[in-house]
Amino acid sequence: MALNPSNILPGLVKAEGEDPLFGHGDRVLISDRSPIGHYRVPHYVRGKAAVVKDVIARAVDNEEEGFGRNAGLRRHYYRVSIPLSALWHGYAGAPNDELRIEVFEDWLKRT
Amino acid sequence: MHTHDHSHDHTPIAVPDEAPGYYEILETAVRELLAAKQIVSPGEMRQQLEVLDSRTPQLGAKLVAKAWVNPGFKERLLADGRVACEEMGITFYENTQLTVLENTEKVHNLIVCTLCSCYPREVLGLPPDWYKLAPYRSRAVREPRAVLAEFGTTISEDVEIRVSDSTAMIRYLVLPQRPAGTEFMTEEELAALVTRDAMIGVVPVRFGKERVQ
Repeated sequence: MALNPSNILPGLVKAEGEDPLFGHGDRVLISDRSPIGHYRVPHYVRGKAAVVKDVIARAVDNEEEGFGRNAGLRRHYYRVSIPLSALWHGYAGAPNDELRIEVFEDWLKRT
Repeated sequence: MHTHDHSHDHTPIAVPDEAPGYYEILETAVRELLAAKQIVSPGEMRQQLEVLDSRTPQLGAKLVAKAWVNPGFKERLLADGRVACEEMGITFYENTQLTVLENTEKVHNLIVCTLCSCYPREVLGLPPDWYKLAPYRSRAVREPRAVLAEFGTTISEDVEIRVSDSTAMIRYLVLPQRPAGTEFMTEEELAALVTRDAMIGVVPVRFGKERVQ
């Protein structure tokens, strides 16, 4: 859950990853890498531009956990949106139709 | 063959006459290995099936009906689905969250899991077969309006279709719009109108004449 900054005692220094890197409305790019194995970012959204809609939570990295490595709650999950017309060439629906999908922080880059 | 000492009101029980397939054998082998190595006992597997069987779409329907009649509950349900479920006595046996997506005059939500079969099992039970199969999983994000049309659902072009692809730790449930003409129905009567498919987002909740289409 996002912390309320006013609750933090003065003088405390936060570790990397304690705060979400992105917030509502931020424009991000989903990474286009292709690691071997089962990853949670479907291919059809890799390399696509998206907008952050919600910071979901600080969470385990499911992908690392899938390989037996649990590094604790180091980063955040985000709910991002992508217009369907930007995902699919010649999309036949309405222009406002969109996809929402959860992406872990280490797949996102600010644009 | 079973003995025929009852009147016949069921279709013939199919007895598989083919040898088990690759995945069936794999599943049996893994299950027997887990038991032999005492990682999971047969009793625990049976108990887990009981857990799954105790979850049905009636739970989701109760949530929806309560949200329709109780604005405070609706607010809590939309803010944190899991907490609102727990308030209703619906526990979560997996480490997932529940996000409830409200259908409005402007937005129609549809849920899918393109990677596998993520589904809000705690409140809907096991997903229907079509939800797990490739055609729905691939087409729901590619041409949702065509998929909806095949379910008999036409959404106006000025309403946004919002497809939520469930890939990690969130499970989604659609909060459908309350149909017109249900103003003086009780919470229980309303719950009886709410179907599994409406909470996946492939159909609206229908009432009265609307039902026949």
